[in-house]
Amino acid sequence: MSNVATEVVTEHTPLRTVSRFNDVLTMADRCVRLTSRNMEVLLTSLMLPVMIMLLFVYLFGGAIETGTSSYVTYFLPGALLLCVGYGAALTAVSVSQDMKGGIVDRFRSMNVSGAALLGGHVFASIARNLAATILVIGVAFLIGFRTSADWLHWLGAAAVLLLFVLAFSWLAATIGLLVKSPEAASGFGFFMMFLPYPSSAFVPINTMPSWIHGFAQYQPVTPVIESLRGLLLGAPMGNNLWLALAWCGGILIVSVILSGVLFARRTA
Amino acid sequence: MNDEKTIEATGLKKSYGAVRVLRGVDLQVPRGTVYGLLGPNGAGKTTIVRILSTLIRPDKGEARVAGFDTVRDRRQVRRRISLTGQYAAVDELLTGEENLLMMGRLSGLAIARSRSRARDLLERFDIVDARQRRVATYSGGMRRRLDLAASLVSHPEVIFLDEPTTGLDPRSRQALWDVIADLTRTGVTIFLTTQYLEEADQLADRIAVLDGGRIVAEGTSAELKQRIAGQRLELTLTNLQAFEDVTHMVGVRAIQHDVSNLTLAIATDGSAAHVRALLDEIDPQRRLVSQFAVHSATLDDVFFALTGHTPEVETANV
Repeated sequence: MSNVATEVVTEHTPLRTVSRFNDVLTMADRCVRLTSRNMEVLLTSLMLPVMIMLLFVYLFGGAIETGTSSYVTYFLPGALLLCVGYGAALTAVSVSQDMKGGIVDRFRSMNVSGAALLGGHVFASIARNLAATILVIGVAFLIGFRTSADWLHWLGAAAVLLLFVLAFSWLAATIGLLVKSPEAASGFGFFMMFLPYPSSAFVPINTMPSWIHGFAQYQPVTPVIESLRGLLLGAPMGNNLWLALAWCGGILIVSVILSGVLFARRTA
Repeated sequence: MNDEKTIEATGLKKSYGAVRVLRGVDLQVPRGTVYGLLGPNGAGKTTIVRILSTLIRPDKGEARVAGFDTVRDRRQVRRRISLTGQYAAVDELLTGEENLLMMGRLSGLAIARSRSRARDLLERFDIVDARQRRVATYSGGMRRRLDLAASLVSHPEVIFLDEPTTGLDPRSRQALWDVIADLTRTGVTIFLTTQYLEEADQLADRIAVLDGGRIVAEGTSAELKQRIAGQRLELTLTNLQAFEDVTHMVGVRAIQHDVSNLTLAIATDGSAAHVRALLDEIDPQRRLVSQFAVHSATLDDVFFALTGHTPEVETANV
């Protein structure tokens, strides 16, 4: 009988220690597969931003004076934020679903850390949002978006957007741990869908009532949008890039720490 | 087989708020055996499994699994165990094969080894034909088999099965029992919780009965059965006077009384000869007993016999 035991131990102990990184990759692969098979999530996170862009550009765009050549050119950064903000928020639902089922116990009993599990969800969120972003940009070009940005500026814009998705996906994962049910977690999606409205996403802030200027100017969405406009359209950025990095970096750090604490508490 | 204990727990206590779930539990499970923890919902079975599988810490007491402390050396413990919980812990949107491959990768197996391991397990658990289908389309029994297969990917030394057949129909239950019985031949140690006496009886070498956060009886199935009637003869008496007379006559041999229905039950081996003898002894005039029925012992009977009360918590539907 002791033969069996030694065989078992030598067989997998060295392999098990291969790395935490392997766990993160496996979890990411899992979440990407899960996402790609969840038609509901896929359709909303891909189609909704496109619908909203078409809606704003064709129904409202004619009435909005933005000072740019065409409304779609002004609106694209806002559309991207709306799209990835909502897409990132869906992470809350998938994390919450995992916490409800028995699979987290199994993962934990296999030494998979909370960070790897949440990291997998965040990775899937980034992949999903990348697809949505490409789709939205593609449609924007079709309906008249024009930019003179070179590849370096595109890269910069992509980096800013990636940081935003990373930060808000991890925030959403934290909220997924905080709430009791996936239904409640989906509320964060609504929050993220409305957050771009009091920002420079749809209309310039100076057209809004003055009491909201402070909030609209400094809430996380506006600096990110203005950074994207600066990078893609050559608009003046001011300190918006720094504000955007500070917001996203801060949210990311707080979320990572908080999610660690919450995960330990939820699974105690 | 030596005396080595694969699972050893002493004085486990755990409370959630004011609810004292475990009130001091001691357990010893020899290597290579199947240990059945029998009890109703709410008795604390899952809490014990969660402590032994390192998912939660006991408030008091300690446990060693596969030679390591479940709190201090939990990473070492986790390398040597697998856990199959009450709810199938597999991804519904993944195929059966993908679930097993994922478990293989998480166990640190290389991709090629994960594949061959998954193929072996799919064959062994009779899921080969459904391997490319999403788990959402599986029947309850298939899902549990896959769940069990998933827990075996890493070649665990100790397998925890928390109510593996709750909610299954009798045929799927039997199929899963066969699979678990097969496992016992590979030399692993199995720790199993169940609400079903029959399940513990079929699978476990030793059984512990858990009630109200304490172990109230422990032993082999045969040992426990000596304390628990395998069958009971249920008598319906003709009237209250008859009920009282018979109750007085059989005294402590009565394992159940129900004055409102005028019924009482006595242990029997279920044979015609024994039942006839009992009836003749109790009712030689043939006027006290109006009806009789022979029932197999249920978990309720076990509980009544061991604890003097019936399980307080009703079985919830899963």
